[in-house]
Amino acid sequence: MTNLSNDVVLYRRLVGARIRSQWQYRASFVLDAVGSFCMTAIDFVVVWALFRHFPALDGWTLPEVALLYGISGIGIAVADLGCGHLEELYLDIRSGKFDVVLLRPVSTLVQVLAADLALRRVGRVLQATAVLVYALAAADVAWTPARLALLPVGVVCAALLYAATFVLWAGISFWTLGANEVGNAFTYGGNTMTSYPLSVFGAWLRRLYAFVVPLAFVTYFPGLYLLGKDDPLGYPRWFQFAAPVVTTAYVAVALAFWRFAVRHYRSTGS
Amino acid sequence: MAAYVALVRAGWRRWSAYRAATLSGLATNVVFGFLRVAVLLAALDAAGPIAGYDRSTAITYAWLGQGLIMTLAIWRWVELATRIHSGDVVTDLSRPVDLQGAYLAEDLGRAGYQLVTRGVPPFLIGAVAYDVRVPGGAATWLLFTVSLSLAIVVSFAMRFVVNLGAFWVLDFRGLHGASTVLVTVASGFAVPLAFFPGWLETLLYALPWAAMVQAPIDVFLERHTGAGLAGVVALQALWSVALLGAGRLLLHAATRRVVVQGG
Repeated sequence: MTNLSNDVVLYRRLVGARIRSQWQYRASFVLDAVGSFCMTAIDFVVVWALFRHFPALDGWTLPEVALLYGISGIGIAVADLGCGHLEELYLDIRSGKFDVVLLRPVSTLVQVLAADLALRRVGRVLQATAVLVYALAAADVAWTPARLALLPVGVVCAALLYAATFVLWAGISFWTLGANEVGNAFTYGGNTMTSYPLSVFGAWLRRLYAFVVPLAFVTYFPGLYLLGKDDPLGYPRWFQFAAPVVTTAYVAVALAFWRFAVRHYRSTGS
Repeated sequence: MAAYVALVRAGWRRWSAYRAATLSGLATNVVFGFLRVAVLLAALDAAGPIAGYDRSTAITYAWLGQGLIMTLAIWRWVELATRIHSGDVVTDLSRPVDLQGAYLAEDLGRAGYQLVTRGVPPFLIGAVAYDVRVPGGAATWLLFTVSLSLAIVVSFAMRFVVNLGAFWVLDFRGLHGASTVLVTVASGFAVPLAFFPGWLETLLYALPWAAMVQAPIDVFLERHTGAGLAGVVALQALWSVALLGAGRLLLHAATRRVVVQGG
């Protein structure tokens, strides 16, 4: 446990230093953040372009779909901000630079995560938040304490799930030594997927995103509860509250796999 | 000329070296294809045909788009920008071939390889899984070949221009990010341009991004006939010339006025 709290303290220090250093270039940071806000805003235009033609997609109105988009969008944006650079870890593994990480008496994952922080992606977080705010204002949510509690839980779990997915695919790059486009199918692809109700997808895609990479547990299932909708797919009702349990299990698997992958590291031959 | 032919070959061979990456990328494109088809079909179920897209044309649209991603390299191509930042572009400039011509030749080789490995397979998989709309007449196929070739040139010329921006900005990521989002939406890749309100569709169709994705797909789906069809392909040709010209002008300006870093 002391190890873990040490890791947390160290991560906060290292990331704090990164934030301070990036904050030195204030104008550049603000421009980047505003730019990425405007650019990702275009992303939602696509959803709007579809919904111009019908009132509801499989029974979900635009504000309701925006709720899914918002939860998933904040999740991926936060995860991408903190872990997106793991996609380039294969370069360090290939070149042998990962050696340095093993020499220091600190958790490998903390070092790798703290190595970079894409603060400029805060614009994306804001864009997804704006969509979520629109969704909450426009959709008819009958607020209860349980619903009020479930919304932040869904958002936090979504961020953790996407972050763990980045870690999993970074672990796989210890073997592939290359950029992993398949990982994108579960990070950015997962985001596209979970922005729409699960029921529009065919059986194998549903299983893939509900049980293999359990993104449906942080968006679709809690979304059903928040909006008081019936699940046309007939999954058990407790799925709607299972986000914390599923996320914890998934994160544990990702961490275990990371340790396994690091042990596999053989450095370069020369 | 022999040098450019050799560069086309080199482009092909260079990309064919990464087989595992090709396979994993292909798998990704295919998974996304199924996702996109599911969303489009749900939309059509809710609305009926949208702007002339029925089930089979929407399916065909989605799978053609998945095949175009890598064939056109619409998203990630930062090679020239990287070489500009590192200063390596000086080596490129001192070679006895035209810089833009050399990059174009290599990109054509790349596009050829990606067309075979990443362009056709997703479409074939889509055709097995769903009913796709395949044009019957030889004329359409011929025109599609022309339109696709022009799309590759427009895409290269646009990427070349955007990459040249690295001569002027210190951090290329912002420019690259902006161009990625623009191409995704304005090219008609994310949703058909016809799904947008009329004024926006007209505007986007006139811009160069539409010449990359929406134009060849429209030719394949036979959405235009006669003068309209000729106009679509002519516009692609116009953008090819204009963007290649803009690239030359920018390169000229850059080599005259900008000090290359890294020296």
